[in-house]
Amino acid sequence: MILCFQRNSYELCRMTDLDYIVDVRNVKKSFKDVQAVKGVSLRIKQGEFLALLGPNGAGKTTLVEMIEGIQHPDEGEIFIEGKQWKNNQHELHQLIGLSLQETRFMDKLTAYETMRLFASFYKLDTHRVDEVFKLIGLEEKKKSYVNNLSGGQRQRLALGVAVLNKPKILLLDEPTTGLDPNARREIWNILLDLKKEHNTSLLLTSHYMEEAEYLCDRIVIMDQGTILSEGSLEEILKIGGHHSLDELFITLTGRHIYE
Amino acid sequence: MNRITNHQLYRLIFAHLAEIIREPAVLFWGIVFPILMAWGLGIAFTQKGEIHFKAAIVKTITASDTVKETKLAGYLLANGTKKDSTYSIVLTNEKLGDVSLSFFQTSFANAYTMLKQGKVSLIVEDRTADTKYHFDPANAEAKTAYQLISNLSAYGSAFYNNNQSSIEPLTLKGTRYVDFLIPGLLAMGIMMSCTWGISYTIIDRQSKKLLRRMVATPMRKSNFLLALITARFTMNVVEGVLLFLFAWLYFGTTVQGSWPALIVLFLAGNIAFSGISILISSHTSNPEVGNGLINALVTPMMVMSGIFFSYHNFPDWTIPIIQYLPLTMIADSFRSIFNEGAGFMDVWREALVLTSIGVVSFVSGLKIFKWY
Repeated sequence: MILCFQRNSYELCRMTDLDYIVDVRNVKKSFKDVQAVKGVSLRIKQGEFLALLGPNGAGKTTLVEMIEGIQHPDEGEIFIEGKQWKNNQHELHQLIGLSLQETRFMDKLTAYETMRLFASFYKLDTHRVDEVFKLIGLEEKKKSYVNNLSGGQRQRLALGVAVLNKPKILLLDEPTTGLDPNARREIWNILLDLKKEHNTSLLLTSHYMEEAEYLCDRIVIMDQGTILSEGSLEEILKIGGHHSLDELFITLTGRHIYE
Repeated sequence: MNRITNHQLYRLIFAHLAEIIREPAVLFWGIVFPILMAWGLGIAFTQKGEIHFKAAIVKTITASDTVKETKLAGYLLANGTKKDSTYSIVLTNEKLGDVSLSFFQTSFANAYTMLKQGKVSLIVEDRTADTKYHFDPANAEAKTAYQLISNLSAYGSAFYNNNQSSIEPLTLKGTRYVDFLIPGLLAMGIMMSCTWGISYTIIDRQSKKLLRRMVATPMRKSNFLLALITARFTMNVVEGVLLFLFAWLYFGTTVQGSWPALIVLFLAGNIAFSGISILISSHTSNPEVGNGLINALVTPMMVMSGIFFSYHNFPDWTIPIIQYLPLTMIADSFRSIFNEGAGFMDVWREALVLTSIGVVSFVSGLKIFKWY
């Protein structure tokens, strides 16, 4: 349990449950004339898997990058395990693991060298690197150059890099985009293992309804910088009597998710 | 040992070096190309044996031509050798070296085309009454050809052989074109390697979102830059040593001045261009903008800093500016160490200025650096 100051309130302090590893409060972000995120709040519990669904330009990546500390909100606050990014960067970097949309590692490094490079940032030795290779099932490709890996293998490598430091929260921005169904399922299984074994939390952005359905405890649907619906799959489908996420998504946004 | 190899600085240096070494194209452009350039230019401008000038003569030389009426045509008929429609004559001088002159017989229109194509450097109109020479007076080669041909026409080939005793050919090391060229190429190597190797790598990593991914870890940002500079410096040492070894073995280039001074200046040059490279890549993640920025920086210096030819041909008012360009400072100081026997006391000011440029650029670049 921690104490937090709440501005504009007669209550000076409010109890916030530490079960929430991520606590985003009324966050706004604009780029020039475009308001990418228009006052979003969301919370993620320890061990919870949350999917952030939305079409391109919905503001998902901006929101995730603000949680990752890569971008700073114009307004609002973000707490990770009760701490804000300002002055706590080193500590928070140890807590989170992330994979960005379309990161390209160095082409001429092997998968193993790439992993060792990132391991060195967390002061981890080769023992942990070997463990992660086993976890992501890429042991046979340790000596392959990154540019010789398939799309699925690269995504698994990115996931491996993200979990090196045994993060409490994983933030994955479209981790399976562009992958075939088999490669996608392999990533899902790795994530479910992490949840089972380490009680890792996950915030995942996706274009794929089935990814959210298969993996996540809670689904947040975003469009044009705001949250349109939030809850478990059953909860959000029940509201409008929809039969599928696709149907709900079209009702909410007037578009398909992949548009 | 494990502790060192697991350290982030070690891993970062390793990663940057591996990226350079494992890319054959990088090795070619960094190591082989400068050596080829030194070899090509060194050979082209190290004039050995006969010099050859080519002229077009607007006249059909016939058996009736005499020295009395058409001086040049008559002289060529009497003393030259003919092959197809070209007359050649060789002027000899033991000290000056031999000069071969070729005259293509052709029409005036065709002669102009040949001049435009660079096949000849001047046109001679040999007429009964007088001889006209058409050439660009700003072209040094054409001017020399004019002097030689007009003298040949007036006095015969003997003029070239006179006054041998007053000529003292310089064969000292340090006075050849290649001695001018090698220090310049070494200086240019530092500039090109740093700007492309550091700036472009940073911009590329930014555009691929790798930098953003790396700074989302506990990696120390200064370690990233330090590793990049160290890896590039290591490559610059290898490139410089190989270029020098080639020049030493092939052209007999030597360092007449102080080796420690040369090393200090090499270091200062690397610091200067590493700092500048960090500064120019600090605020862009677009490779095309980066390309433009790097070119805008290196192209003027390559042209003006006197790498291939002396910058004293530029207008006088530009000289003080040119002399303070970082590349000029490195090239001039390298030359004074290589060719004039300069020591540390002769180049310490340049070393200090270069180091200051590097440090100020680095610190300013770091302040405005766009990591995300």
